[in-house]
Amino acid sequence: MLSSTAKNLYWMGRYLHRAKNTARVLESTQRMALQSGASEAGTVADIYALRTEFFARHPQGTLDDLVDFMTLDDTNPSSLVSTVRAARNNARAERNNLTVDVWESLNALWLDVATQTRLPRAAVDRGALLEMVTKQTTMIAGATQSTLLRDDAYCFLQIGSYLERADNTTRVLDVKFHRLCPDGDPQHGSADYYEWSEILACVGAVRTYRRIYRSRIEPTRVAELMVLRRDLPRSVHHCLWQVDLSMRELAETYGTRGEADRQAGALHAHVRYARIEDVFEAGLRPYLEDLGLRMAQLSDEIGRQFLFE
Amino acid sequence: MEVGSGMGGTAAFDEMRSAPDGVRAPYRAIAGWLQHTPMTAIEAKRREVDAFYRRAGITFGAYGAVDGHETTIPFDIIPRVIAADEWAFLERGLSQRVRALNAFLADAYGQREICRAGIIPEAQLLLNGEFAPLAQDLKLPGDIHVHIAGIDLVRVGEKEFYVLEDNVRTPSGISYVLENREVMMRLAPELFARMAVRPVASYTEELLNTLRSVSFSDDGEPNVVLLTPGHYNSAYFEHAFLADEMGIELVEGTDLFVDEGRVYMRTPRGPQRVDVIYRRIDDSFLDPLAFRPDSYLGVPGLIGALRMGRVNVVNAIGNGVADDKSTYLYVPDMIRFYLGEEPILSNVPTWRGDRADDFKYMLEHLPEIVVKEVHGSGGKGMLVGPTSTKAEIEEFRGLLKARPDAYIAQPTLALSTCPTFVDAGVAPRHVDLRPFILSRRTGEVFITPGGLTRVALKEGSLVVNSSQGGGTKDTWVLGGRGGDTQ
Repeated sequence: MLSSTAKNLYWMGRYLHRAKNTARVLESTQRMALQSGASEAGTVADIYALRTEFFARHPQGTLDDLVDFMTLDDTNPSSLVSTVRAARNNARAERNNLTVDVWESLNALWLDVATQTRLPRAAVDRGALLEMVTKQTTMIAGATQSTLLRDDAYCFLQIGSYLERADNTTRVLDVKFHRLCPDGDPQHGSADYYEWSEILACVGAVRTYRRIYRSRIEPTRVAELMVLRRDLPRSVHHCLWQVDLSMRELAETYGTRGEADRQAGALHAHVRYARIEDVFEAGLRPYLEDLGLRMAQLSDEIGRQFLFE
Repeated sequence: MEVGSGMGGTAAFDEMRSAPDGVRAPYRAIAGWLQHTPMTAIEAKRREVDAFYRRAGITFGAYGAVDGHETTIPFDIIPRVIAADEWAFLERGLSQRVRALNAFLADAYGQREICRAGIIPEAQLLLNGEFAPLAQDLKLPGDIHVHIAGIDLVRVGEKEFYVLEDNVRTPSGISYVLENREVMMRLAPELFARMAVRPVASYTEELLNTLRSVSFSDDGEPNVVLLTPGHYNSAYFEHAFLADEMGIELVEGTDLFVDEGRVYMRTPRGPQRVDVIYRRIDDSFLDPLAFRPDSYLGVPGLIGALRMGRVNVVNAIGNGVADDKSTYLYVPDMIRFYLGEEPILSNVPTWRGDRADDFKYMLEHLPEIVVKEVHGSGGKGMLVGPTSTKAEIEEFRGLLKARPDAYIAQPTLALSTCPTFVDAGVAPRHVDLRPFILSRRTGEVFITPGGLTRVALKEGSLVVNSSQGGGTKDTWVLGGRGGDTQ
């Protein structure tokens, strides 16, 4: 397999999951606005570090503006149309390393999104668009899971997908948690049920929370679930565990280990053996920021180790 | 010059209808199918095909693909049929022609015996812009230069076929042959049950064997790769398709590098040696050290590795000197010279702008003839006299007078027609044919039955190029028993 293939699949995984996560965040934000009337367009822009760009383009900054900005805006590199296009271009370059099922479901997603961009804005059903993206990305994940050969190429797709997911969960938690608890202390925060359940909805975990904790939604437990529980598929721990597993598989296949393997292992251990009390004691924000930084370093190191450039 | 029956204005030969009883034997089943299948059913099948091609992303960007707006080449669902005996004749002719072209290229970059024998002037080769001095004295495995050829044929009568053009650089279109067949088997299984259609699917297997056969090195399994200019290239779909079918790596220039005269590809586990490169990029972009220094598509040092016999490049470099429109004129003589045989397939009679008598004739007959640029391709830079306006003809007359040697001319051929599904129903449309011919190290030739049939979808149009509104058809070569014309 070529290094450029490894690189394309890694980025296909990242972009695809970025699109999927964005759709999910927008869906839950919209839903929450319907229930509590709170409009937090600016906060969502913060998740993607796009506050300045968003308000420059939409001085009113309504929720509809935000959805437009994050879905069909070509000038925004984090919008759905941009990320789906990027994923599809990576896939197109690697058609021969993907199955027909994976390629066709991804291409269909692109065609559907591209069709929407050509409609007048007023004719776009934003809810239906987000639902379509969520459904179609789930189809792609299913096709990936059930049809792709489990070789080294698959490992790179997995690593990109899980690293992106971990990064997204970290950002969502950081921004949304601190909107409700500005000083980082869970005792001082909002006690609004809808607001806390919306954070969980961003990672599809409202019901999971109930199953696991069987209690009212408490801020500390929300953070614990999203960062430290290994059994939630979108938790940081689960994702970094999967990244580490795929890295180990590559090391076994190639018979060599490098700096990226060390970092992946260290990062996995870092979330695996952490306790939520300690996290809050040192401060949730510094903890999440450190995680984000280390994930970015790992991503760079993977590129270096496997000759992406 | 002898002008055949299908030339100069007579009605075109229709491959289904031109018979005393109105249906030629090879088309009997098709005619019945057209008669008994309701128009609405055919229309529904046509829509199904469109959706299939778009979903599968089988696209062709005529002017560079802008994403989301990639076009698909229109596919006509009425197959074009070639009888068993007709194909046997074409196969002999194509094999002969490709063997001669291979012998010619080995000679052109060797001793140039054909020039010494006074058959082709040496200047025709050496002063040709396509001549590659770097290929001089290059000793290739099996002396094969043209591993993959696409020879464009036209038909003008029951027994009259002509070679319109040889393509021995990077001919494309085979992926459509293979995909069109997949689609037809899905759409009209009942027809396959009634006709013995020869399969085409083994092409990729044969291609891989051909590529593997021409590795310089014989230690271990040869590593074959397909070199593409990348996914912005109009034929990218085909590159990916072929690499996939053969199970070989699809590489871009940046995936390869040369070290100590050997070519390697970059992989996550380190460099891996490459033995044969099926390149789908033009000579001039292959190696910035040898050709265009501004090319980002190629691999620096590749030609050096080729000359050292460390890696083979397929098709060979410098092949353009053989399929140039001015060299085309000499192909029948090449067949006589190298093979000692009479040509089985004829060239289209051609006038040359650099010959005074021919040039005079061209100027006098512009409204009746087709004028082409010697170095042009893809249906651009040509004049089709009978379908052009007075103003267009006069404009072309100016171009022609400015550079007579840059043009050749041919009679306007009444290309044969085939029944084609159009808005108004089924109507005859002009077609041509590009069969694909593989040549192995041993000199053995393999030809996939049929080839790419291109059809001019506009009524009366003779231009079949996909960049000019042409479409494609599945081409059915009938099997031996009962598949003959009689």
